[in-house]
Amino acid sequence: MRPDLANDVLRLTGEHLVLVASSMAAAILLGVPAGILLTRRAGLRKWLLGFANVAQTIPSLALFGFLIPIPLIGGIGPRTVIVSLALYALLPIVRNTFVGIAGVDAAVCESAVAMGMSDGQLLRQVQLPLAAQTIFAGIRIATVTTIGTATIGAAIGGGGLGVFIFRGIASVDSAQILAGAVPAAVLALLADGGFGWIERRLSPA
Amino acid sequence: MPLVEFRDVGYRIAGRDILAHVSFTLDAGDTLVLLGRSGSGKTTALKMTNGMVFPTSGQVLVEGRATTEWDPIRLKRRIGYVIQEVGLFPHFTVAENIGLVPKLEGWSRPDVERRVNELLEEIGLGSPEFRTRYPRQLSGGQRQRVGVARALAADPALLLFDEPFGALDPITRRELQQQFLALTRDSHKASLFVTHDVREALRLGTRVALLAGGRLETVATPQEFRRASTGQARAFLAGLED
Repeated sequence: MRPDLANDVLRLTGEHLVLVASSMAAAILLGVPAGILLTRRAGLRKWLLGFANVAQTIPSLALFGFLIPIPLIGGIGPRTVIVSLALYALLPIVRNTFVGIAGVDAAVCESAVAMGMSDGQLLRQVQLPLAAQTIFAGIRIATVTTIGTATIGAAIGGGGLGVFIFRGIASVDSAQILAGAVPAAVLALLADGGFGWIERRLSPA
Repeated sequence: MPLVEFRDVGYRIAGRDILAHVSFTLDAGDTLVLLGRSGSGKTTALKMTNGMVFPTSGQVLVEGRATTEWDPIRLKRRIGYVIQEVGLFPHFTVAENIGLVPKLEGWSRPDVERRVNELLEEIGLGSPEFRTRYPRQLSGGQRQRVGVARALAADPALLLFDEPFGALDPITRRELQQQFLALTRDSHKASLFVTHDVREALRLGTRVALLAGGRLETVATPQEFRRASTGQARAFLAGLED
């Protein structure tokens, strides 16, 4: 491999990781509390899950198009990409958080309340630990998908491994395409394996 | 002052009376068994005692104060509750499950430790290997014992039992009933015990209250209850003769 190509691969993989890590951090920070809120406020369920569903059906290029003219969150470059990726990652995280908590054995929750646990204690000591595996599965799916989707970010100057792919398509150069696709696939596999390992360790005793 | 008093309690939901005009009292040393068929309102009555459910008419008084006046969390922590499906926390060890309420109440770690050991001894799971087991590693009978120990942990004066022995095999059930009697006889506790098993009601209760369609049909000592002449009581007693 040419040394400049190797350098590019490293640099763009780094950019790719930053895109994925920032969008996932935003999606987790918003999605997990939103999922918890859904278990507490039945009235919000339709709205929030509906919003997350709709967000996911918008084609990513179209979403970029919508976001670019919006001040603060839009524009050309990584910021727009991170916002869109976070929106896509939201649905699996919100839904798995909600389903995980709602799926905790009703008898267990009832006895927690009957023992005199406050709602916060019920959540922290009972529901979150017992739902952790399901919540984490949502984060895992979202991360793996985001690693792949993030390649489109290069279309609006977001950088990352998509730069190789777009360049390869433009110059009909399969080697360039592979230079982007292979590291992206490896990242996805590593993330899947790593998160899978953590997920198994989270299994409630 | 009775520990628990139901004053003309009713619970009406979606136009249907789950409970109507229920009145009784419960004193220390008493075990009142609420006997009834499925849907008779007995579990609802139990849940009203610790404020999981509030009456839509009448009042439930605990230590002379209406459940609606109590701080809901303080009320629940003062009352031991043994739920039907046990409801042990699957991610807590046996010791953590038993020590739950004392820990919520802010007891020091050595005090919780001491209390847990005492209770494990009392329920016949004293050997140290049980402390660190998880509920799924126990038999049904052992789980139910841990459920009882958890309810006793903060030494509440009042205990609620919701068909605790229903899912157990007859031999284990018998053992646990013996243990229940030993436990309630030598203390100044009061228990409210829900069951649909008339044998269990007569064996464990100092008084038996028969609920039928949300109304209290009879409240009697087991001896009186055997001679009861009301319809539902006769139907239950007929089950004894099979």
